Amino acid sequence: MRGLTWRDVARHVLRNPLSLSGLIIIILLILLAVLAPFIAPYDPFATDPLQKLQPPSTKHLMGTDGLGRDILSRVLYGTRISLWIAILILVTAGIFGTIVGIVAGYAGGFLDNILMRITDIFMAFPRLILAMAIAAALGPSLTNVVIAISFGAWTVFARLARSRAIAVREEDFVEAARALGAGNLRILFKHILPMALSPVIVQATLSMGGIILTAAGLGFLGFGAQPPTPEWGVMVSDGRNFMPHGWWVSTFPGLAIMITVLGFNLLGDGIRDILDPRMR
Amino acid sequence: MFAYIVKRLAWMIFVIWGVMTITFFIARVIPADPIAAILGPQAPPEAIEKERARWGLDKPIYIQYIRYIAGIFRGDLGVSLRTRRPVLEDIKQFFPATIELAISALFIGVILGIGLGVISAVKSGRPIDHLSRIFAIVGLSMPAFWLGLLLLLVFYYTLNLLPGPGQLPYYLPRPPRVTGFLLIDSILAHNWTALKSYLLHLIMPAFTLGWLSTASITRITRSSMLEVMREEYIKTARMKGLRETVVIMKHAFKNALLPVITVIGIRMASLLEGAVLTETVFAWPGLGRYATHSFLSIDFNAVVGTAMLMALLYSFCNLVVDILYAYLNPRIRYV
Repeated sequence: MRGLTWRDVARHVLRNPLSLSGLIIIILLILLAVLAPFIAPYDPFATDPLQKLQPPSTKHLMGTDGLGRDILSRVLYGTRISLWIAILILVTAGIFGTIVGIVAGYAGGFLDNILMRITDIFMAFPRLILAMAIAAALGPSLTNVVIAISFGAWTVFARLARSRAIAVREEDFVEAARALGAGNLRILFKHILPMALSPVIVQATLSMGGIILTAAGLGFLGFGAQPPTPEWGVMVSDGRNFMPHGWWVSTFPGLAIMITVLGFNLLGDGIRDILDPRMR
Repeated sequence: MFAYIVKRLAWMIFVIWGVMTITFFIARVIPADPIAAILGPQAPPEAIEKERARWGLDKPIYIQYIRYIAGIFRGDLGVSLRTRRPVLEDIKQFFPATIELAISALFIGVILGIGLGVISAVKSGRPIDHLSRIFAIVGLSMPAFWLGLLLLLVFYYTLNLLPGPGQLPYYLPRPPRVTGFLLIDSILAHNWTALKSYLLHLIMPAFTLGWLSTASITRITRSSMLEVMREEYIKTARMKGLRETVVIMKHAFKNALLPVITVIGIRMASLLEGAVLTETVFAWPGLGRYATHSFLSIDFNAVVGTAMLMALLYSFCNLVVDILYAYLNPRIRYV
């Protein structure tokens, strides 16, 4: 982020058709998530035995599932769940990772060594496997999905924040603050943290797609949200029972996952291009 | 170079120990009680106590930990609560299927990914470049488990061109188990029917698992090629009058390989993750499916064993990449 302001980033994103389309997808998804109760044609939990496994029609645009629930309504409510989980994970992992990172980078020496070795150990896990282990141990639920994925996701932020903290720690304004008698905690949170924040936020945008995929994967495998929660991964998994005749049951929730992740990937790509022009 | 490798190996051992310790504590400090789950809700407390003692769960956690570590040095990962067999035996049984799947997937990813990436870079800005870029970004956004289901829906259920889930149809007996690799075993048994059927069964899972790798290898190959092709020596090669194919393959591609190798290594490691999902979709009897079942039934010995193995493989892949990288780019070693 050296020499780039948020305004530059915004200008680049708006100019690049790919990242602009990503941004539009994301804004639409957020709108859908917020408005879900108003635009969903049916109650996402309402079962109707007479309407079970109806193919897509004007009455049920995405068809109905094995219990006669309207899939469109469930997919719409699923937008809320997926975005909300991803945001919670990024906030949890982002805050934790950033604190570890700036403490390590600012303190240096022994503490830095210990913290970074722990980070390395967590990085040695394939993320999904670590999340599966933790979700299994804690029991499957949405809250535990957030905890489980955060366990693997914080490391990126820790490394990033650390490198920023190391870069900033020798700057004049930190020296000045110290000379004025500011304590370590004050320097950390008042002076170093703000400098580490923008790369962390950018990284969070870049991580969003992967996190949504991991969360959906956990749901699909049975470690995440449990039925009847209208979570996309759970819905795709549910649709396996109705293959091949009820193809719509897993197709539409899967499509929703793909479009959401695509939106974040497109936006993330645009941002990465700005930061690393060689990738263009 | 040698010192570098030794240093990295020692480091890896430390990481593996850390991973094992973490998984051990995750698996033991769980709120759910696996013994109660096995014996059912009606089990009398004495029976539960007895069973706990039998598994060594009545001892303090640090004793369990020391015992576990000691066991590892004897090649003993404990007994699976679910399959009632040594975890190591289970791993030996399920691992070959995953290796075969992962290697096929990587093969697809490397061939398709490098091919598409090079074409895309050479025809940069043309329709084919746009197409392959769109493919790459859509590919990276697609959940593997959903792709697998779509493939099954189209090629198995609808068109019936390819066989469905599993490795062999139920009516074909499995060739005698020699190596555990079905591919090798069926060749050893001269069982060509099984071999053909197995290869057909392998196509969709391998493609599903390879898809993500294809997408990311395409991207990195393209950008790395583009960067190299702007270099002066490419201009020189062209001005010498070399044929364009020679310029591209010999001068550009070779030098563009370094980042590509890194990404291939990263993909190799993450194939394990993908295998968990792919194997679930295709009922593939591999380690990923074993891990899923063990994790879901809180079979803690199996959880720690598989998690440790996966972390080991993951770190090993990363180590190989680092060593290759250091070998190809000597500047790294001294940093």
